[in-house]
Amino acid sequence: MGSLLSQLGLECGGKAVKEEERHLRANDRELNLSYKYADNAIKTSKYNIFTFLPLNLFEQFQRLANAYFLFLLCLQSIPEVSSLPWYTTVVPLVLVLSMTMAKDGSDDMNRHRCDKQVNNRQVEVLVEGELQSEKWMDVQVGDIVKLENNQFVTADLLLLSSSEPLNLVYIETAELDGCVSVCCMHAFPEPFCPCVGEVRCEPPNNRLDKFTGTLTLKGETYSLDNERILLRGCTLRNTQWCFGLVVFGGPDTKLMQNCGRTTFKRTSIDRLMNVLVLSIFGFLMIMCLILAIGNGIWEYQEGSKFAAFLPKGVNAPFSAFLTFWSYVIILNTVVPISLYVSVEIIRLGNSFYINWDRKMYYPKNDTPAEARTTTLNEELGQIKYIFSDKTGTLTQNIMTFNKCSINGKSYGELLDFSGQRVEMNEKTEKVDFSWNNLADPKFCFHDNSLVEVVREGNPEVQAFFRLLALCHTVMPEEKKEGELYYQAQSPDEGALVTAARNFGFVFRSRTPESITVVEMGELVTYELLAVLDFNNVRKRMSVIVRSPEGKLTLYCKGADTIIFERLNPSCSNLTEVTTLHLNEFAGEGLRTLALAYKDIDPEYMEDWKLRHHVANTAMDEREEKLDALYEEIEKGLLLLGSTAVEDKLQDGVPQTIEQLSKADIKIWVLTGDKQETAENIGYSCNMLREEMNEVFIVSANTAEEVRKELQTARRKMTPDGTEEPTVKKSRSGLFCLQKTETVADEPVNGEYAMVINGHSLAFALEKDMEIELLRTACMCQTVICCRVTPLQKAQVVELVKKYKQAVTLAIGDGANDVSMIKAAHIGVGISGQEGMQAVLSSDYSFAQFRYLQRLLLVHGRWSYLRMCKFLRYFFYKNFTFTFVHFWYGFFCGFSAQTVFDEWFITLFNLVYTALPVLSLSLFDQDVNDWWSFQYPQLYTPGQLNQYFSKRAFVYTVLHSGYSSLVLFFIPWAAMYDTVRDDGKEIVDYQSFALLAQTCLLIAVSIQLGLDTHYWTAMNQFFLWGSLSVYFAVIFTMYSNGMFLTLTSSFPFIGTARNSLNQPNVWLTMLLTSVLCVLPVVAYRFLRILLWPTINDKVRYKVRQDKVLPPTPRRVQARRTSTRRSGYAFSHAQGYGDLVTSGKFLRRTPKSRPALFSQTDSPLAQTQPQFYRTISEREEPPLSP
Amino acid sequence: MMASSYNAKEDGHVTVPGGGTIQNKKPDNTAFKQQRLPAWQPILTAGTVLPAFFVIGLIFIPIGIGLYVTSNNIKEFEIDYTGTDMSSPCFNCSQSFSWNSTRPCTCALPFSLEQPFESNVFMYYGLSNFYQNHRRYVKSRDDSQLNGDTTSLMNPSKECEPYARNEKMPIAPCGAIANSMFNDTLDLYYIDPNGTRIQIPLMKKGIAWWTDKHVKFRNPGGNPNLTSAFQGTTKPINWRKPVYELDTDAENNGFINEDFIVWMRTAALPTFRKLYRIIQKKNNMTPTLPRGNYTLEVTYNYPVRSFEGRKRVILSTISWMGGKNPFLGIAYITVGSVCFFLGVVLLIIHHKYGSRNNTADIPN
Repeated sequence: MGSLLSQLGLECGGKAVKEEERHLRANDRELNLSYKYADNAIKTSKYNIFTFLPLNLFEQFQRLANAYFLFLLCLQSIPEVSSLPWYTTVVPLVLVLSMTMAKDGSDDMNRHRCDKQVNNRQVEVLVEGELQSEKWMDVQVGDIVKLENNQFVTADLLLLSSSEPLNLVYIETAELDGCVSVCCMHAFPEPFCPCVGEVRCEPPNNRLDKFTGTLTLKGETYSLDNERILLRGCTLRNTQWCFGLVVFGGPDTKLMQNCGRTTFKRTSIDRLMNVLVLSIFGFLMIMCLILAIGNGIWEYQEGSKFAAFLPKGVNAPFSAFLTFWSYVIILNTVVPISLYVSVEIIRLGNSFYINWDRKMYYPKNDTPAEARTTTLNEELGQIKYIFSDKTGTLTQNIMTFNKCSINGKSYGELLDFSGQRVEMNEKTEKVDFSWNNLADPKFCFHDNSLVEVVREGNPEVQAFFRLLALCHTVMPEEKKEGELYYQAQSPDEGALVTAARNFGFVFRSRTPESITVVEMGELVTYELLAVLDFNNVRKRMSVIVRSPEGKLTLYCKGADTIIFERLNPSCSNLTEVTTLHLNEFAGEGLRTLALAYKDIDPEYMEDWKLRHHVANTAMDEREEKLDALYEEIEKGLLLLGSTAVEDKLQDGVPQTIEQLSKADIKIWVLTGDKQETAENIGYSCNMLREEMNEVFIVSANTAEEVRKELQTARRKMTPDGTEEPTVKKSRSGLFCLQKTETVADEPVNGEYAMVINGHSLAFALEKDMEIELLRTACMCQTVICCRVTPLQKAQVVELVKKYKQAVTLAIGDGANDVSMIKAAHIGVGISGQEGMQAVLSSDYSFAQFRYLQRLLLVHGRWSYLRMCKFLRYFFYKNFTFTFVHFWYGFFCGFSAQTVFDEWFITLFNLVYTALPVLSLSLFDQDVNDWWSFQYPQLYTPGQLNQYFSKRAFVYTVLHSGYSSLVLFFIPWAAMYDTVRDDGKEIVDYQSFALLAQTCLLIAVSIQLGLDTHYWTAMNQFFLWGSLSVYFAVIFTMYSNGMFLTLTSSFPFIGTARNSLNQPNVWLTMLLTSVLCVLPVVAYRFLRILLWPTINDKVRYKVRQDKVLPPTPRRVQARRTSTRRSGYAFSHAQGYGDLVTSGKFLRRTPKSRPALFSQTDSPLAQTQPQFYRTISEREEPPLSP
Repeated sequence: MMASSYNAKEDGHVTVPGGGTIQNKKPDNTAFKQQRLPAWQPILTAGTVLPAFFVIGLIFIPIGIGLYVTSNNIKEFEIDYTGTDMSSPCFNCSQSFSWNSTRPCTCALPFSLEQPFESNVFMYYGLSNFYQNHRRYVKSRDDSQLNGDTTSLMNPSKECEPYARNEKMPIAPCGAIANSMFNDTLDLYYIDPNGTRIQIPLMKKGIAWWTDKHVKFRNPGGNPNLTSAFQGTTKPINWRKPVYELDTDAENNGFINEDFIVWMRTAALPTFRKLYRIIQKKNNMTPTLPRGNYTLEVTYNYPVRSFEGRKRVILSTISWMGGKNPFLGIAYITVGSVCFFLGVVLLIIHHKYGSRNNTADIPN
């Protein structure tokens, strides 16, 4: 009943009357029901028992191919036109329809089951002051429900109260975006009962980040916003219970409203196929026209005279007209319905291979690779550009405190007895932190000397760690005594504070005015006087604290260059040594920070504090005044040392990138990170290399400067290049409606790279400069775009898509990658820590970046190869089949007489050749995966569309033209005037049909054999099986029994017996087969001999080295670089305020994904998007 | 998408009720799923291609020669009796045509055989430019009726239109094929050296396929009296006599008349020949058809002039490969030679350039 209602609500209510405003009263079912809002039952299924057949058929016939076959069926029902009996079309059509129907049906069954399961979940509803357990689907808008810990949120709820202090609730939004995040909610003065509040709010919509409404309670009106809404799809965590008022139910929930179909991606082969199919139709029409004209002439010249013998002569033009349609029916096999089905099956099969691949399975979090879209496989073999996110994709987004330099001494390196550096790996012994019971067990460090120094009580080292424990904006969370969790805004900070914690300076808790630290076991509370916050210009942050002894100290950490400028001159010696260390760290790709401190005179502090207060409350130029004050106090610092944090790359990233670039795939990194960070990662994952000719850095502030920089870079790369880009304009797509412009690749000498920041990118992506950007960028080996917004990511992808006509792939893991994942031809989601949003909108997902090379170089390549082989072979097979009819037209008065038995026509594509070609396109591989990795160049033919293009198609057509000539005229000549060895007839229509069809089947089977490179038992089985099935079928169909049961359907009785015992029939078959195959073998052999492709060479090599040589261990050389890594502190501004403001909170998700509010101007969002940021919004005041 | 996935997703660890083991999502390690099926991977190398070419050449040429010789040993004699020429004896017959003429027109064509025909001789009639494979023609028959189905006998299939009924009476056999059955009568006479005409006995049985004669074609009903079996039907429009009067022999009458069966097996091509009679070898001593003069007597009934058709009579012996057909032999010889030649060419090319593939390094 409920589902029926909701269905009505969904289908009638949703569309008929547009809801202007939602109005509901808590706990007043009668009133609420009168509005006829959808209840909480959901229905994702499409059909029910009665609607399944008509609806599904209706949907299926909307597909062009099916409709075409329906049209053919109609044609066949006209007796004057029908050249083939009805079953030739009906049998394949029914088979295809029923297969699709079975698939749709089982999908829908699953959805029904899911719906049922969800709808029957129990939830406690407040009815007349008492809690009652009800099913989800019976929950109405306006009900008050009670949720308990770990329960799913029933509907979109207005949070009323919760068990937690401050009425907070924790929710996991994994279903929405995968993040475990926490919502803060506001409690109303009188939480519930008697709750007679009235809610007015916006109508249902799909914006997850927005909610507006008001609550009227006892005459008072409260405004409601997104912060008070619990969305369906979330799970309650760490909260004992909460009460909520159902605002949107079932289909109105934001989750369901968001379930719109995503844009349907098509592969380039798909598009090519559409064009080809269309041109084939044109070709078909031409063939039919020729034959129809032939028929007209024949009828005029011969048929009229032949009238004594022929039944019902009609006049020539009308006969030609009828013949045209008859030939449309006969020659329809050029585009058989089974093509589409087979293509789907092949793609599905290849998707399963991806799901099944153990080498793409990540055991650590038990995630296998997943092909979420099953229709894009072959495009994986054609990727030319990869757009990658950095954080979480290339890197693990795990920062580890790796090294440090304290007071001129470097720690963190492991040396053996001879003083040689020891390579660290998993097995290297870790420092034992058991003496510190607050230590983080996951922290690992290898240099024991640092611990010794700390425990000895070295003052500098202790000051170093004290600084790390104090100077930050991390939030501690201590759920249980001794179990500390840090919630850091940037992972760098988290790593540093954790390091301090393990070395005995445990940051325990903070209030707006104090920081409590356990220093070597002692609880010490520092008074927090000021936080001199980080921003992009300052590139440092400081805190001023008063120790219990009353000493005032300023602790500062920041970019080395910035800190060094502000040091006390006495530190110059130390600075030199530290600089050396910093260079060393940077050379290893570590992110460095310099640390310094300064003791402050209390009187000066008083004064400064006063001025600080004044500045802080100034109405105008507050920022400038504050900056000046900070500048004033952060002077004359004493250097403590520096830290080096490793932004851990994912396993195998440099190797993967190397492999992919060998495969001629260009990789662009689009990251929200700072330029320095991005560059750093670029170096550490081998995208930027020391030996590159130049790395261009484009960071300008005006459009003109950006243009100039781009042009300068381009001139450097090609001094004699043309000014104007070579743009090839062409038309493509169906009916050539799409205009495309392709910017040609320009040759470059040497290797270059480009780093461009978001600000410049915003200018460069403007309409008049985008080609400039594209030209310059495409000449570079590596392009890194930093500080880009999600929108810009998508824009860059679109730019390349638009002008390069190349296949693009975007890979990312976070919500900010969703836009580019959706924009690119293929989106890949890393199913990692960041959540599910990227995965949900992706086409493929796996856990590690390094699996990308397997996905592309192995699965993609094979899929492409297989699909191309399949299409080439399929078109060959069917064109040959059809052309034979064309030739026969000239010998049967263009009367649309078929050459083959009608049953053969029915079964040819469906039975006799279906499985062999499927096994070819499911099992074939040119070389195995090992060799595919060994020679990534094997990938390039795919990028150039070499295996299946219009050209290849024309070759295929010519080839099948030749084959059909052989297959018709050899039997024709061999049988002309021949008789059996007992003098009886053999050139009768039926024997000739049998001969021709057998020749055809054998010839196409041999051709299949030639095309198969990888003969598994399955291939053999299907090939021989199909041939045997063919002979079994003809002997059965032409048997006495079949004829006697169904006389009119099987008139070929005895044909097989009578002609297959004739030696000349077999000799003819042999001759046709050899003639069909011989030129192909000769041609291919010559090709391999004279112009071997990379493929042929590798295959030859595989043949030569039967035994695989051992995999060469790639040893990654340590980079010794003089390059200084930048200050890499991926920080957003303004957090310090929150820490001290007293209204600090637990982390809130700044934006739930798919929900980052994108402004249209890229300039408006130069700030990178972070996932774990503290909300900068004004928070509603809480009453603690 | 979202909606359907969010509810079914638990945490991946499924507890099996009985065993309580944790099932993980690691894919199975089978050769099939990991695409490691053992396979044979042939490639086209000189070592396989060149021998194949030579072997094919070496096999095809002898076969071709064998076929050619066999075909050449077959004796075949063909005589066109259409009568389009003024000089032809059948000219008069061919000019005056009517399907319904009661007076038979006969003509006699003398010919002589230069060589004796030793073994059994098969006598064919051939028609040219006769589109027995025209779609409208081919389907104009009712196999059920021909198979002796009494219902179809009285209600011929729609396919037979417009030859299904004549004046409300069902036609048996119906359809255009049957209607246009070849109805010339051919007789062969040997002119003895001393001038006497000896009629050569022609066998009219055993000319149709066994399956056609015994399975596909059956007279209606179990009634041995065909006249009554065909009661209520009428003869095809062009026929002179009803189907049950095709022959006097009960085994060769009605639908199972072999001349009729042969005609009903429609030809694939517009020029065709059909077996008419067999001249059985009498004994081992005398040839079946000795050298000398013969006369072919034609009862000229079948009109072909309107569509420029030709009518022929062919006398032929046969061999293991059927009738005379030099094409197959020549084709085999040609293909074999081409193969051999190609083999040589490829061998030369391989010698000259073959090292390319082996030594060429694969750029890395």
